[in-house]
Amino acid sequence: MSLALQTFSTVKDANAALQASGTRYLGGGTLVVRGANEGDVSVSSLVRVTEPSLSAITVSGDKVQLGASVTMAAIARHPDLAAVAPAARAVGGPAIRNMATVGGNLFAPAPYGDFAVALLALDATVTAETGETPIEDFLTGRDSSRAIITAVEFSLPKADSFHFLKVSRVKPKGISVLSIAALLQRTADGTVTSARIALGCMADRPMRAKAAERALLGCKLTPQEIAPALAAAGEGISPITDPIASTWYRAEVLPVHLGRLLLG
Amino acid sequence: MAKVPVQFTLNGSEKAEFIESGTTLLHALRDKIGDTSPKGGCHQGTCGACSVIIDGELRLSCLTLAETCNGADIRTTAGLAEAGVLHPLQRAFLDAFATQCGFCTPGMIMAAKVLLDRTPNPSREDVVEALSGNICRCTGYEPIIQAVLTAARANSQNAA
Repeated sequence: MSLALQTFSTVKDANAALQASGTRYLGGGTLVVRGANEGDVSVSSLVRVTEPSLSAITVSGDKVQLGASVTMAAIARHPDLAAVAPAARAVGGPAIRNMATVGGNLFAPAPYGDFAVALLALDATVTAETGETPIEDFLTGRDSSRAIITAVEFSLPKADSFHFLKVSRVKPKGISVLSIAALLQRTADGTVTSARIALGCMADRPMRAKAAERALLGCKLTPQEIAPALAAAGEGISPITDPIASTWYRAEVLPVHLGRLLLG
Repeated sequence: MAKVPVQFTLNGSEKAEFIESGTTLLHALRDKIGDTSPKGGCHQGTCGACSVIIDGELRLSCLTLAETCNGADIRTTAGLAEAGVLHPLQRAFLDAFATQCGFCTPGMIMAAKVLLDRTPNPSREDVVEALSGNICRCTGYEPIIQAVLTAARANSQNAA
């Protein structure tokens, strides 16, 4: 392995260094160092930033800003972030959660990136020096992204409106068969007025289940009324095949687990 | 490749080395400094055999670059015994037959130590969660869980 690490105190300087070919940004190391250990020779140089603002969690009212270097462990234990803590706790084991960052999760290929699934359902905004991008657009273009992500922002969901589920074969923690995050607004009688559902492992990156979202509108969360949404959940998916599960299996169990999430 | 200096505290003693940039902490500890208690299993962050405690937090030394640890306090299983007396976790692992091939044991013990440092009287669920990033292919986990619970009881009896 031959890697040169450059450490910068500001994002600006690091962004300049990141433009050199063969250079990648080092966050917690759980993706980049893993790749190097696995023999990824396309990376010859790593860049990291020690700017303290990247590790800051700011909660003001219902607005949350997570610095890109904030770890899954920091989210899981933060008293104001209980609503999204289950998604942070779903990532890895304790050691991985102490290392894995919010910024890195945005780039994690399936079957990883469970927290990004939650961020997609929450319609987060991804911030870099070049500006702010809605997470859906960011995920679509992430392969060509060369600017260091500095933060993500989202509105803290109200209790009972945000649901997260990760399905693993290994208990209590394992790699995802799939993960689902759903943000649902409902009227007093339980009728769904808006729905945003994000899926993990149903493509090479988190994606929305837009057909299921539309089918849920006007429904109450009963087995009969959500049936059309479950039937539509597979629209547009192309699940990955890996040692955890096949494309076929993931597609078959998606409606089952979406149903459990909505009815649970 | 230019060498870079790294300096940190390992199990209470100062260490300084020149390493190649990009060297993992696991490699630096085992092959440079000679602490072979962290094991290189998967090098992918999956098995937990390389777990060490850095500034009080459990981390994977195979995915940590050594030069990011400048000034850090690093703890490994090799530093647990004091004056030839095993740490309660080590004693409990031996007594409960929680070690068979032994490869996962140092990582398991580090993960358990972080748990007991913060949660002296853990529930069984706490133990299972704390060890969830460490894989054992021998024991079926049950003796390990029992050993951690036994060590926790021994600690609290000593404290009482």
